[in-house]
Amino acid sequence: MERSGELFGQFQNLDQQREAASLGMWVFLVTEVMFFGGLFLAYAINRFTYPAVFAMASRQLDVHLGALNTCVLIVSSFTMAMAVRSSQTGKKKQLIVFLILTLLLGGVFLGIKYAEYAAKFHHHLVPGRAFRFPEANGDVGIVAHAQLYFSLYFGLTGLHALHMIVGAGLLIWLLTQALRGRFTPAYNTPVEICGLYWHFVDIIWIFLFPLLYLIDLHR
Amino acid sequence: MSDHVIPRRVYAAILFALLFLTITTYWVATINLGPLNVVIALTIATCKATLVVLFFMHARYSPRRTRLVILAGLFWLLILLGLTLSDYLTRPFTGHL
Repeated sequence: MERSGELFGQFQNLDQQREAASLGMWVFLVTEVMFFGGLFLAYAINRFTYPAVFAMASRQLDVHLGALNTCVLIVSSFTMAMAVRSSQTGKKKQLIVFLILTLLLGGVFLGIKYAEYAAKFHHHLVPGRAFRFPEANGDVGIVAHAQLYFSLYFGLTGLHALHMIVGAGLLIWLLTQALRGRFTPAYNTPVEICGLYWHFVDIIWIFLFPLLYLIDLHR
Repeated sequence: MSDHVIPRRVYAAILFALLFLTITTYWVATINLGPLNVVIALTIATCKATLVVLFFMHARYSPRRTRLVILAGLFWLLILLGLTLSDYLTRPFTGHL
């Protein structure tokens, strides 16, 4: 297909091209929703089947770090939204500042996540041979079901963190393009669709935080 | 420029709403409300996600075909969750857990 400037030949104008790109990103995000949906479902069924053990295991998490990370991610979503806005209004410096802020906040999130994972390894809460769960008082069933909780915890938060790392890669690429002045009010589709991806990762965490950290806090 | 530029104060308002809801959900979680704890936590999370989708992800200002894709995705997610949970959550009543 012929290409003139940023417009690919199969589109009539940049508006149509942008709408197609955004629609395609939404279709991809729907497949991601179904992917995480299956995992959330596995969590829901096991939590319903072993409520007491899941509550015990859930209280091993550091709820303050979880809450802090939720706030960090929400603020990063705000800075990403502002980055998209800056690209729409053609403010190059502002765009670069907001992209860097988003990247830094994403890094803070992953740093806190690393500290949480390190504590889980330290306390022998990683499923496997070294797993220890003193609250079980030697009950083999409780130990097995607690491992199930932590398998789901590491599976869900690990996949979420992997998505964050991909998002950070996208942000670095956006930065290099923004520094070259590629984005203008007429063409800013990459910023917009990477923004959609970043917000989606935020939404996954918005559900992970209450489900993993909060719902058994009161017991 | 034809794509919709949302005012800064809208983004700021959404940010504060999201942070407020995060504090609320944490505070409610410390009170024992029985089975309602899960319901409230998931309701607040759904509200937060809706705010992100509508404003940060511009769904409110998107073409109808984009909104249709979002709603179709949600509908499919509800089939996945609804049909599976209607099986597992009713097993105790049939004695086949």
